[in-house]
Amino acid sequence: MTSSLGEPNAIAITFFLLFIGLSLGITAWAARRTKTAEHFYTAGRSVTAFQNGLALAGDFMSAASFLGIAGLVALSGFDGLIYSIGWLVGWPIVMFLIAEPLRNLGRYTFADVLAARLRQTPIRIAASIGSLAVIAFYLIAQMVGAGNLIRLLFGLPYEAAVAIVGGVMLAYVLFGGMIATTWVQIVKAVLLLGGATLMALLVLSRFDYSLIALFSKAAEQYGSGVLSPGRQVSDPIDAVSLGLALMLGTAGLPHILMRFYTVPDARTARSSVGYATAFIGFFYLLTFILGFGAMVLIGRDAITAIDAGGNMAAPLLAEGIGGTPFLGFISAVAFATILAVVAGLTLSGAATLSHDLWVSVVRGDKADQREQLLVARGATVLLAMVSIVLGIAFKGQNVAYMVGLAFAIAASANFPALVLSIFWSRLTTAGAQSSMLVGTAAALLLIYSSPTIQIDILHNTEAWFPLRNPGIVSIPLSFAVAIGVSLVWPVSSEVRRFTELERQLHLGIE
Amino acid sequence: MPTTSTLEAVSAARWRVAISLTIAMMVVYFGFILLVAFNKPLLGTLVTEGLSLGMLLGVVVILVAWLLTWFYIRWANTHYDASLAQLRAPEARENSR
Repeated sequence: MTSSLGEPNAIAITFFLLFIGLSLGITAWAARRTKTAEHFYTAGRSVTAFQNGLALAGDFMSAASFLGIAGLVALSGFDGLIYSIGWLVGWPIVMFLIAEPLRNLGRYTFADVLAARLRQTPIRIAASIGSLAVIAFYLIAQMVGAGNLIRLLFGLPYEAAVAIVGGVMLAYVLFGGMIATTWVQIVKAVLLLGGATLMALLVLSRFDYSLIALFSKAAEQYGSGVLSPGRQVSDPIDAVSLGLALMLGTAGLPHILMRFYTVPDARTARSSVGYATAFIGFFYLLTFILGFGAMVLIGRDAITAIDAGGNMAAPLLAEGIGGTPFLGFISAVAFATILAVVAGLTLSGAATLSHDLWVSVVRGDKADQREQLLVARGATVLLAMVSIVLGIAFKGQNVAYMVGLAFAIAASANFPALVLSIFWSRLTTAGAQSSMLVGTAAALLLIYSSPTIQIDILHNTEAWFPLRNPGIVSIPLSFAVAIGVSLVWPVSSEVRRFTELERQLHLGIE
Repeated sequence: MPTTSTLEAVSAARWRVAISLTIAMMVVYFGFILLVAFNKPLLGTLVTEGLSLGMLLGVVVILVAWLLTWFYIRWANTHYDASLAQLRAPEARENSR
């Protein structure tokens, strides 16, 4: 089968321009409503549970989880399911441990929760280091992915693709703040869920709407191995380590946590996680069908001929079952997916730089609305520039490990301090601060020493650290440091402060 | 002080539910991962033609994630919110002053 993938496709470009037009229209509408820092960071706290559920799903369903997992399933069958499940099970944890207390105790960023009971300056600096590291690695992975994808999908040069993504995302965040970002996420989530559902139905229509028939056909063509665990999980400790980072990292991603401030109260935050968990689980079930559909209907050889990693499985499948128009639609949806995710990341990075570092640490909370907005927008421009430069600098590099690294840092640096500050009265400033710094450093150092960097990228013969995923070491280490330091150097005033905040933790600001 | 003890009770109940559900989710998820890691042949067993035990259990993990989330929302909407409403009530506030 010959594919028109990579040739300028009039339908893809039309759909893409429609999406850009619609989202810039939303941005113009949102810009008129963005008058204060409260609007810029939290959309005026007026987002409903259903809307925020879609927006959370939009922030989370990145190109890696759409194209990457469909490709992984197409090439290795069952193993793709392991990743989907890891990414989903973080959401119940967000619900049980984080969402409501976060909404009740903070204003704009998750560092607010820590700063409410601990000494603000050291805590915010440490939290910013963890957050910015997560955002930087996640952004680089998205930008490099965007450049490669758009080159494959639309035939645009890599640098132009990175610059377009950076420029459009800058427009959303700079002018429309959280209101525009939220609506872009909602539109993208609806398009992605709708497109994937339609594609899954088209696949199943070829098999009399029987999943079993689809899987049987795959087993017939490629052997029953595609239905059982394969090479992806070879080392049990590494598998658990990856699972820990995927599960707990979700609860430490700054751009996800920030979304809980866009709703009016904790009850709405709670319902919104319910919707998000339903949408994301449904989406991963769909990608499993799409992966098997691509395996059977397109064939592994045709998929790897275009991209060895399998990332083009879903677009090729779209072309195979719906022709060039459907390929155009799915390509535009994939582009929209990347745009929305980088916008969410940039906004949370801007909140960290301007709210946590500038307004709270440098200015001691004495900045007026005009200054807060100005600094937030300045930080947005800075981050957009940095992400374009890094996206181009990492051209041609293998950055697949960076998403894993972002999750590992989120799980090791942000999650332990956040969850302890919510549930453990004896946590001290020094304990939380050292936990966040040790968590960030340990995740970075262990990934640098792992086979992923030492053997695959630097081509050394051996790696000092045997695991590819550091979570099983760095997450317990971070908890141990927080608990150890807090117990050895207790601060009774900080325990009292926790008791004072207990009412607010449950009831919010009354 | 009755109100303080009520806040403590609400807090303790919330913590118990949160930690139990978290542990339940972790046991189910890591149980699945450890089966994948240690007993690949078992998960490769076909339940019926075209469907392996591993795929079935994978879908079960997703269903459990949904079910636990739904259970928490139901618990919180009825029990937790009712306790919070009591804490918010004016007479409870008077007592706490």
